[in-house]
Amino acid sequence: MDMTYSPEHEAFRREVRAGLRAAMPAALRAKAEVDAHFEHDEIMQWHRVLASKGWVAPHWPAAYGGPGWDSTRRFIFAEELEAMGAPVLSPFGVSMVGPLLIQFGNEQQKARYLPKILSGEEVWCQGYSEPNSGSDLASLQLRAVDDGAGHFILDGQKTWTTYAQYADHIFVLARTQPEGKPQAGISFILCDMKTPGITVKPFLTTGGTPAFCETWFEGVKVPKENLVGELNQGWTYAKALLGHERTLVAGVGISSRMIRRIKLIAKDTWLGGRPLLEDAGYRAKIARLEIQLEALKMANYRTVAAAQLGHAPGPESSILKLRGTEIQQACFDLAMEIMGHDSLSWNNPEGTIPAREQSIAPQFNYIRAATIYAGSNEIQKNIIAKFILGLPA
Amino acid sequence: MNFELSDDQKLLVDTVQSFARKDSPTTRFRELRATEEGFDRGVWRQMGELGWLGVMFPEAVGGAGLGVQEATLVLEQLGATLVPEPYLESVLLAGTALLHAGSDAQQQRWLAPMVAGETVLTLAHTERQARFDAFDVSTRAERRADGSWLLTGEKTLVPVGHAADALIVSARTNGAQRDLDGISLFVVEPSATGLERQRLEFMDGHKGATLRLRDVIVPPDALLGEAGQGWKSLELALDHGAAGTCAEGAGLLRAVLEMTRHYLTERKQFGAPIGSFQALQHRCVDMFVEVELAKSTAILAMIKASAADVGERQRALSAAKVTLATSGGFVVRQAIQLHGGIGVTDEHDVGLYFKRHHTLSTLCGDEQYHVERFARLPGFAPLD
Repeated sequence: MDMTYSPEHEAFRREVRAGLRAAMPAALRAKAEVDAHFEHDEIMQWHRVLASKGWVAPHWPAAYGGPGWDSTRRFIFAEELEAMGAPVLSPFGVSMVGPLLIQFGNEQQKARYLPKILSGEEVWCQGYSEPNSGSDLASLQLRAVDDGAGHFILDGQKTWTTYAQYADHIFVLARTQPEGKPQAGISFILCDMKTPGITVKPFLTTGGTPAFCETWFEGVKVPKENLVGELNQGWTYAKALLGHERTLVAGVGISSRMIRRIKLIAKDTWLGGRPLLEDAGYRAKIARLEIQLEALKMANYRTVAAAQLGHAPGPESSILKLRGTEIQQACFDLAMEIMGHDSLSWNNPEGTIPAREQSIAPQFNYIRAATIYAGSNEIQKNIIAKFILGLPA
Repeated sequence: MNFELSDDQKLLVDTVQSFARKDSPTTRFRELRATEEGFDRGVWRQMGELGWLGVMFPEAVGGAGLGVQEATLVLEQLGATLVPEPYLESVLLAGTALLHAGSDAQQQRWLAPMVAGETVLTLAHTERQARFDAFDVSTRAERRADGSWLLTGEKTLVPVGHAADALIVSARTNGAQRDLDGISLFVVEPSATGLERQRLEFMDGHKGATLRLRDVIVPPDALLGEAGQGWKSLELALDHGAAGTCAEGAGLLRAVLEMTRHYLTERKQFGAPIGSFQALQHRCVDMFVEVELAKSTAILAMIKASAADVGERQRALSAAKVTLATSGGFVVRQAIQLHGGIGVTDEHDVGLYFKRHHTLSTLCGDEQYHVERFARLPGFAPLD
């Protein structure tokens, strides 16, 4: 066993690090340095920068425009992106519908959609959750009815459609078969957001950003060629997607950067006449969190090394989302605690509190969602209990 | 980056695992904990013959010339069924001290017989006032006119201290009580006049001794390395020991999870297996998560125990030790809770694992000690 990267992988790390630094526009870099919040336009600007280098979709096969990196290179690249505090790209095109189309879409669909996902010309959002279908997603009710004239007619409501207000397309899980097992009557349908009958209404999160929307469908007419794969097989496709890029879900790079940020804040915060970072009690708190992250990183490295050898993900991979999101939250909990009175400030003009602290309070709120989205941690636990521990139903 | 075992390592692990499962189930531990020594010298000799005691030592002393990784892999397997032979103390703790500080002649004299399974060794460093600061040494050693040494002091709760055929004792040859400089390591044999070994029981069923050294005279060649320069060796021995506790802990924790998972599947209440209840399922998943983290940091400890850079080594080992205490502590506590009443009986094994986990968490520095050490390491606050 050893923990060193091969010389080729080390060289790759140097190459992408230098490439990313050189490519990041100054305005974005200035924000990244203090971990400021990135707006949609800035995220798309960064998307186009990465696209110009062919680095938008590291996990796509080279035939579809991926760079052809092995799993270790993809992990290294993600680590480097996270370490520099780069804007996080919208996952809905690049990480969700893109790979799904590559796996299950037909040639026309691939040719129509994939290039514009890569280039950033078209932005996607996800239509999964509904007001009455959260963790019990398979109970979803948005209907897609065949009009007998080459269209599906969509009626119903989606919610938590993240950044739907900026999206050109939405991929929808719709009910095409009302009877029988709920999972067996769902289809995966692509839909242009400009289609008449779609209404989008953003709402504020506790973090103060309009990240989520409600999206209504009233008699929305979608060509049948927008069905992905077979009718009533949408659930299978959506589930297949969950196993993708498991090595990246822990967000260890993000949390590593956050620990560094906590230390920087602690260095500039005063306690008892000296920097808080010199206080043994707080130092121990930070150390405990860093050690938790260290353990998660090791679990993550194990999955990366196994993937590099072409092995199926081991049991340790299933803990990555669970513990990764808990640690992300714990980072903001500790940052807020260390900030003391500064943690009370909400979107005040520059100079009220240090720039590095400015986005902590909104993120402290927004990060609550991490243990809820993409299958709440309780759902993750149900899955582990059943499929890994084999506990009785 | 590769966490696969080499073919030789796999073979070693398989052999030890098969021994632990077939020849040393927990019933064997139960029999031995009722005996004076607490382990079986016949089995120890077998371990020597099979080469397990020598994996990390050079061929010159009969070893295989491999490393700490192999020794900790052995220990991980032994931990799964609570094998009571003193591998941690003899191989990783005392063995490292002898290997690092001892001359060729000293290694031939004390290490070679242990590697062969003829003797057991232990490291005697613990003093009441020192807590986990092994450099806090009040035991004194004075050089006499003829070059021999006179040792005075007391070592508390020394595992295997009752049975060791040679004890590596830390003593101060100069400097103040908490100086890193001035610590020396001596080999003390049980026959030495003035040495009192008071046998004692450990909570986990292992045995040890309080050592009282009253003007114990040891010959000049009992000193390992140079006088006053023992700290680096002692520190390394304790780090290797820490890696050993994490590895043994990883084996132990996996066994505890499996035991609990099995119980949840078999035990019925309210007309259903209790493992079908979501509250208990989620608790068991929480245990699974912590076991994976403890396993992951044990691997980190195995790999970094021999890192050339002391800071890198200690960062990894402290992280692993803290995880053993926190993650492992959660696992063994919840294991008892999920077993219900049977979990607090001496008859059921889960309590034996609970106790052993506490020992492993505490030896070579406990949770708080390692949190503080981690936070003091260079690089923790590179912004200073």
